[in-house]
Amino acid sequence: MDFRFTEDEQMIIDAVKELGEEELAPYASEVAEKGEFPTEAIEKCREMDIFAIPVEERWGGLDMGFLMWGTIGELLSYYCQTTGSVYGAHMLAQYPIMHFGNEEQLEKYLVPLTTGEHIGAFGLTEPNAGSDAGSVQTKAELRGDKYILNGTKIFISNGGVAETYVIIANLSPGKGTRGLTAFIVEKGFPGFEFGKDEKKMGWDALPNRELIFQDCEVPVENVLYKPGRGFRVAMETLGVGRIGMAVGAVGLAQAAFDAAILYSQQREQFGQKIAEFQAIQHMMADMATEIEASRLLYQKSAWLKDQGEPFEKVASMAKLYSSETVGRVTSKAVQIHGGVGYTREFPVERYMRDAKLFEIVEGTSEIQRNIIANLLLREYHI
Amino acid sequence: MNIIVCIKQVPDTSEVRIDPVTNTIIREGVPAIINPFDENAIEEALLLREEHGGKVTVITMGPPQAETALREALAMGADEAILVSDRCFAASDTLATSYVLSSAIREIGDYDLILTGKQAFDGDTAQVPPGIAEQLGIPQVTFAIGIEAEGRKVRVRRLLEDEFEVVEVRTPVLVSCVKQMNEPRRPGIKSKLAAKKKEIVIWDAACISAEACLCGFDGSPTRVVRTFAPTRSTQGKRFEGEARDSATAVVVALIDEKII
Repeated sequence: MDFRFTEDEQMIIDAVKELGEEELAPYASEVAEKGEFPTEAIEKCREMDIFAIPVEERWGGLDMGFLMWGTIGELLSYYCQTTGSVYGAHMLAQYPIMHFGNEEQLEKYLVPLTTGEHIGAFGLTEPNAGSDAGSVQTKAELRGDKYILNGTKIFISNGGVAETYVIIANLSPGKGTRGLTAFIVEKGFPGFEFGKDEKKMGWDALPNRELIFQDCEVPVENVLYKPGRGFRVAMETLGVGRIGMAVGAVGLAQAAFDAAILYSQQREQFGQKIAEFQAIQHMMADMATEIEASRLLYQKSAWLKDQGEPFEKVASMAKLYSSETVGRVTSKAVQIHGGVGYTREFPVERYMRDAKLFEIVEGTSEIQRNIIANLLLREYHI
Repeated sequence: MNIIVCIKQVPDTSEVRIDPVTNTIIREGVPAIINPFDENAIEEALLLREEHGGKVTVITMGPPQAETALREALAMGADEAILVSDRCFAASDTLATSYVLSSAIREIGDYDLILTGKQAFDGDTAQVPPGIAEQLGIPQVTFAIGIEAEGRKVRVRRLLEDEFEVVEVRTPVLVSCVKQMNEPRRPGIKSKLAAKKKEIVIWDAACISAEACLCGFDGSPTRVVRTFAPTRSTQGKRFEGEARDSATAVVVALIDEKII
């Protein structure tokens, strides 16, 4: 066991901190307030090769694994929640292509996703298929050398701004998960349009859009992995996605904690800094402890993934625990700020609004508990 | 077009503190960075290379740890890096530093342009760039905000107090650069990792045929008698808000203080 980063890793961490302090943090509030996609921030990330971290070198990547990918993701979310969430959603297209793609698909789609020239998005969720992924109704039909897609996806992160989409559609609706197939769909394919961009409680600047497929033509060579094996693609992608969500939650929680501990040493009441009150100190001790535990969980799951070992259980634990942690931590951060914490003058109210989504997105806390329990019962089967 | 960029590693002044007892700079724990104006010089060299081709060589005089500044310059895109380092260079003033750097530049030989920052962030003398040009016997143009190259000529736009001055000069020439010239690029992770593996040439006094009596303490007529921190005046007052309102507030305050 060694918790230290290598010299190269530390150099990258320092460079990303500098990027975050100079280019992300100063605009984070403004980006969220305007609710506009942070084009400039993403461009800065692209210039720094941020999207190349876990990809193999022959596809233009840095081959530094998911632990490093998570570490950088935490920093991005720390400095700018929007940028961190774009980074996380991007991986939901990059990962399935990198893991399941054939040589042509890797060359054509993975390379631009790795340089960051293209942004990625993943489309599984539908009005009637959220936690229940088997109920996907978007239909795929083979006609000649093309698949014809019909249906609607909702809440798709990076929807509209992304160039490359991994879409889960059903070859035989009614057959449950067995008809599910993953397709790589490009923005601009005939019959592929964008619908409503959701107005949300938080995550204001991350687009969560409807994707509308109306006789959308997708070439057969754009099937990712195999026809009828889309459920596996989706589940493995969500596994990595859960690490990503844990990473984002830890970054946001750390930002809220830092704001609170700084404020508590400036604000005076009853003739002393509020940090000197035990009530505040205990809150801060709990916050820091839970953040540290959440971080260790995502690090462990990413490390397992990098070792090629089963990581799903720990990834679900990381996602579950960190998403509930960020809820508690951001709420306490507002509490420590008192009245001003509830105003838009301070970022903690935004952190608290942003926090809630972590418990819902990419598998609710309830689904995570199901996954963990199922895996535990399999592990302890008598 | 072959360009030599002279850079200096300086303590990050945003994090420098002065020891209140000894009045000297506390260097421990202060990160070292490339002198910010030198980053503009590097950026300009890279832009000129992109337009006209050629080679960008960065050089610095300093202790072995100045290598990190050179690696940063390599990560930005410089082709070669030379560290001029010798114990006998220690305690060089601006004259001795100009002598050492110009000796190293003579050793490099083939160049069209020498770029430097307008001055170093720590010493703030702005004497080394002109010193190098004098030692080499080439023209110098200071405080450049823009450079256009055409054949054997360069046209330099200088930033003066309240005007610009455009100077046309034949190469080889030394040009010192101001901050407003460009926005230095932020090297990507890949370039940073690649720069770590690149070779850095190290030259000592013998390599550049420098005479010991002209370097370091012996070659420096300047004597530092005393250093001290400026006394802190009371904090200024900030006027914030809309320009019109804050301007009015400033005028009212000045009238109240009987200044105007």
